Amino acid sequence: MTSTPPARGGAPASAALRRAVAALGERGPLAEQTGPYFGEFGGRFVPEALIAALDELDTAYHKALADPAFGAELERLHRTYTGRPSPLTEVPRFAAHVGGRARVFLKREDLNHTGSHKINNVLGQALLVKRMGKKRVIAETGAGQHGVATATAAALLDLECTVYMGEEDTRRQALNVARMRLLGAEVIPVKIGSRTLKDAINEALRDWVANVETTHYLLGTVTGPHPFPEMVRDFHRVIGEEARAQLAEETGRLPDAVAACVGGGSNAMGIFNAFLDEPGVRLFGFEAGGEGVDSGRHASRFSGGAPGVLHGARSFLLQDDDGQTRPTHSVSAGLDYPSVGPEHAWLHGLGRATYLPVTDTEAMDAFSLLCRTEGIIPAIESAHALAGVLALGPELASWDLDHDPLILINLSGRGDKDVETAAQWFGLLGEDES
Amino acid sequence: MTGTATGSRTATRLHELRDQGRAALVGYLPLGYPDVAGSVDAARAMVEAGVDVVELGVPYTDPVMDGPTIQRAVEHSLAGGTRVREVFGAVEQIAATGVPVLVMTYWNPVLRYGVEPFARDLAAAGGAGLITPDLIPDEGAQWLAASEEHDLDRVFLVAPSSTPERLALTAAASRGFVYAASTMGVTGARAQVGERAEQLVADTRAAGADLVCVGVGVSTPEQAAEVATFADGVIVGSALVRTLLDAPDPAAGRRELARLAGDLAAGVASARR
Repeated sequence: MTSTPPARGGAPASAALRRAVAALGERGPLAEQTGPYFGEFGGRFVPEALIAALDELDTAYHKALADPAFGAELERLHRTYTGRPSPLTEVPRFAAHVGGRARVFLKREDLNHTGSHKINNVLGQALLVKRMGKKRVIAETGAGQHGVATATAAALLDLECTVYMGEEDTRRQALNVARMRLLGAEVIPVKIGSRTLKDAINEALRDWVANVETTHYLLGTVTGPHPFPEMVRDFHRVIGEEARAQLAEETGRLPDAVAACVGGGSNAMGIFNAFLDEPGVRLFGFEAGGEGVDSGRHASRFSGGAPGVLHGARSFLLQDDDGQTRPTHSVSAGLDYPSVGPEHAWLHGLGRATYLPVTDTEAMDAFSLLCRTEGIIPAIESAHALAGVLALGPELASWDLDHDPLILINLSGRGDKDVETAAQWFGLLGEDES
Repeated sequence: MTGTATGSRTATRLHELRDQGRAALVGYLPLGYPDVAGSVDAARAMVEAGVDVVELGVPYTDPVMDGPTIQRAVEHSLAGGTRVREVFGAVEQIAATGVPVLVMTYWNPVLRYGVEPFARDLAAAGGAGLITPDLIPDEGAQWLAASEEHDLDRVFLVAPSSTPERLALTAAASRGFVYAASTMGVTGARAQVGERAEQLVADTRAAGADLVCVGVGVSTPEQAAEVATFADGVIVGSALVRTLLDAPDPAAGRRELARLAGDLAAGVASARR
């Protein structure tokens, strides 16, 4: 795909794209790739103490996949509890700002119970925990979305729940700490290292090493040791499958581009998967550009990182010359993570998906635009995908389409949790009110 | 393969001690606490007090197998600007005492440096090998090749949760000794050494390991003496590091460190085998 001159997004024109994706698919469907390795990425770089539990999880997961009762139970929960299928919403007033006669559709994961896509994976893993006979789950959380979803599933399925959250994040997201405690979870502020998501994962791994025989680590994204990247992706495939069918019903077509924000990368893998082997569909992942990649204050692993190992998987990683993990920055806690799922690193290497940074300012401008044009308050994480699509506008003409561009964006979460951040960012509160 | 490799300095020392009827005391300290020179001084003081093998830790930002004591020391070391490449000079100075020096490191700093260059420079510095808490043999093809090439020990870990198949795989891949985690959990002092430690040592030997040392949770001379009755070596980390953390100044830290190391060595020596 590199032979085609790249536009800003690096996406080739249609004919070249179709040839390139068709060539990639000759080795078998990209969508069916399984762990432990995605090309040179993935694996299991964890203490030996955890290997037995990872093997047990892998076995339980594949047994569950083969059992129609498991799928039926998950489907029932999604229908009656999560609120699936989530709607697909066309956003014409927003699309006018993209330009190029684009039609834009949002996959509304923000309307799921607990407010984001996270519940898809959490319910799947929680059902597995019941099958494995374990009574306790632990989880990490950054902004609190995954922690809230895990606390919710634990309440629903009668599991003991401990959530690790960086002390810095417990202050920034105090409301979500209260939500988790209301749901019966224990929230432990992590007071070591950078006191954010990365350190919450370290603490969760330490807990798991000590309690692995009774406890499941309900990891919240497509990172970590095998089988997590494959399993978490599979639990989120429903996003892309539904969106593809809904879009076909609305427009009779496949999208020309699919966009999502990428922190660990679970919502992006979930929506990309249904389109990986469709030669005409461009895939875009938008990372946290923070204050700009040149500033050093960002979380853009593909622009500023290099291959390395963190939290059990080999992937792209923000690290210094010594292999020490570098501090990250983003206005959105959910994207503020130094590594990324290994399957994304693989797709990046293949050239099948394009990963681009979006700055804090671009994301907040897009956040505001969606509020005002469509009456939808997005999560700041999801606003990175909106901003990325706005920036694609000028290059749409170079895609050589014989129809108006059709763009699908995964709106992975809602912005209730971000109202305080946004109010401060836009100066919406007077001094006597704040 | 443990112990059968003629080149292993660690196995040679452990066999000598076994022939004398006692286990080895393996002492851990992190590079760069209180600073690089201070950590070398501390390690030498530990050797003088009776430690048989030194385990020198490379400071890392995300040490998931370590408890709060070692995390604090490592955070201090990194904040002080310790660089990974400084480990080679430190190894050279500590190895000059004559004891085997193993480097304990999480895997990403080695990957970043380059597995082959790291092995080359460690061997040139007189290091005995590596202890790798987050590298399992299954992911270690590059390291297996580089350690063969440079005649270095490969100390992999086993845990009470390891299956017989994994014990056999790990024993076969290790050189020097196999590191048996006494209990499920991260490093740090515990009131009791896990009852499963003795069983794990027996199981690891049954799976083919010649030399098995026990670590994680061993902090007192009494615990060291107990472990020394069934293991080839007793690994102590957090308790030694704590003497440095709690001291008012580095000189006092070294005195307390030497006192504890001496007591631990006496405990190990007292054990009947």
